[in-house]
Amino acid sequence: MIDGILIEGLVYALMVLGVFITFRILDFPDLTVDGSFPLGAAVMAVSITSGVPLWLGLLLSFGSGLAAGSVTALIHNKLKVPNLLAGILTMTMLWSINIRVLGNRANLPLLRQETILTLVRRMSTGIMSNTMAVLLFFLVVTLVVKLLVDLFFHTDLGLTMGAMGNNEQMVIATGVNPETLKLIGVSLSNGLVALCGAFVAQYQGFADVNLGQGIIIAGLASVMIGEFVLRSNRIGLLTLRVVIGSIIFRGIMFLGRYYGFYINLTPTDLRLITGLMIILSLVATQMRSNRTNSQRGRRSAAASTNNRTGVGAGGTGVGNEGPAGTGGGT
Amino acid sequence: MIRLQSVTQVFNPGTVNENTALRNVTMKVREGDFITVIGSNGAGKSTLLNLISGTYPPTVGSVHVNDVDVTRHPEYKRAAYIGRIFQNPLLGTAGNMTLEDNMMITYRKGFKGLRISLNHRMRDFFRTRLKDLDMGLENRLKDNVGLLSGGQRQALTLLMMVLSEPELILLDEHTAALDPKNAQIVLDLTTRFVSEYRLTAMMITHNMHHAIQYGNRLLMMDNGEIILDVDGDEKRALTVDKLVKKFHEIRHRDFESDEVLLTDPNE
Repeated sequence: MIDGILIEGLVYALMVLGVFITFRILDFPDLTVDGSFPLGAAVMAVSITSGVPLWLGLLLSFGSGLAAGSVTALIHNKLKVPNLLAGILTMTMLWSINIRVLGNRANLPLLRQETILTLVRRMSTGIMSNTMAVLLFFLVVTLVVKLLVDLFFHTDLGLTMGAMGNNEQMVIATGVNPETLKLIGVSLSNGLVALCGAFVAQYQGFADVNLGQGIIIAGLASVMIGEFVLRSNRIGLLTLRVVIGSIIFRGIMFLGRYYGFYINLTPTDLRLITGLMIILSLVATQMRSNRTNSQRGRRSAAASTNNRTGVGAGGTGVGNEGPAGTGGGT
Repeated sequence: MIRLQSVTQVFNPGTVNENTALRNVTMKVREGDFITVIGSNGAGKSTLLNLISGTYPPTVGSVHVNDVDVTRHPEYKRAAYIGRIFQNPLLGTAGNMTLEDNMMITYRKGFKGLRISLNHRMRDFFRTRLKDLDMGLENRLKDNVGLLSGGQRQALTLLMMVLSEPELILLDEHTAALDPKNAQIVLDLTTRFVSEYRLTAMMITHNMHHAIQYGNRLLMMDNGEIILDVDGDEKRALTVDKLVKKFHEIRHRDFESDEVLLTDPNE
């Protein structure tokens, strides 16, 4: 159902924003995400079951993500380990830590616990339907986070970080230590991912150590899909297309889950589909950049292409309606 | 201002690729100097600039700035008072960001906080400074730098660098990748900025005529050594022939760089 796709897309958009910061802005392919996502979920679940206030639980989740990200950044910065390997190291270590956080269990159900969603549902009773309330809630959460990220990238620090993935030499030349920027950026990214994990745990009703499997790929696919929607150099639009990309991705996954049955697909095939989608996006991006290179320089032409693709993809994003079944994440 | 004390730089020591780029170089850059550096490929010109800017520490010797030993200071710290432009115009700016973003990033040296400094006053300021370049860039503040030509990009880099008020600027063949017309524009801008902002400058060039024409002091390098260091009247009296002859007197072999000798004086 359309609201299910929208809710999932909006929740996971927080994670995709994190992935966008590392992959696209810092040019730091960060695999910590697969560990920090369940970390956020675990911290939130434990906070809820041990009676910590919800807002504090969310804050703690975000903080745990910051810590996880900083570990990766420090391994990379201080030990000169390649960024991919640093991320894999942290991710692997986090698996053990997550089980510890969950109290030596692999998962922790949140049945009959007061979560932020039960709160939203209770408060909206009589005003609107439950699903509508949850959708509205996540719309607000995601938009607020998106705007905060936008605001950050308008600050002097954020601008400098924007130059980081593009031209590290320039960052050095302006007297900023690139290692500090990586530390801040990767931490922030994983903070968002953990926060996303915290919301997903409440949405699905449990936290699980394996919740993070494939998250990084899902995030990357969402980022890439978003890049087809519109092209821009304005951060507000860049983060907007991240959110749109996330929703489209969840839509495609939903279709795969629901209609894949007719062509003998099982849910276990979804990762294959995700991977193929990324490859397809890469191919298409390459073809498109080849085309624009051959007709380079005409800014007006580029602007009109933007508009066209923008409208077209906006239409496909929400155009598919299907029967119910929100289900879990990938 | 800057002092290199007995600096030696060896790359890949102990391997078959061992290469001594600088041999026991001692030199001083005085405040207000505009030094042109000339020499054939592999003479150690870029290594000299890399040591001053702190890209890597010297194998032996020390680097002093205003009598402070900065030998172990990393590049980003020295960047607070040293500006640098490379041959590659892409290295000075971030191509996928707008002009105004680029200018804002480099406007102030040092760590940036969570302040939003890019406002209308700042934009107006950038616009007037861009107008100085006379390239029409003042109307393109919101364009990505990647859309500019190499010459425009290098001129912008130059402007961004002087706006950050460095004490010393290092120019590593910063016009070599440009076509002759743009190279001349950027070179004119360079000399204008150097005198306008009273900058101390070091400029590597492959063009002997430029080396003689610009600056108040000339360094000639060969095989990791500074073999000639002239300034004042002596520098003003130099010609290409005299330089080539001097090289022969010192090294007892011919100056071997076609690139240097064949460059057209009118370029």
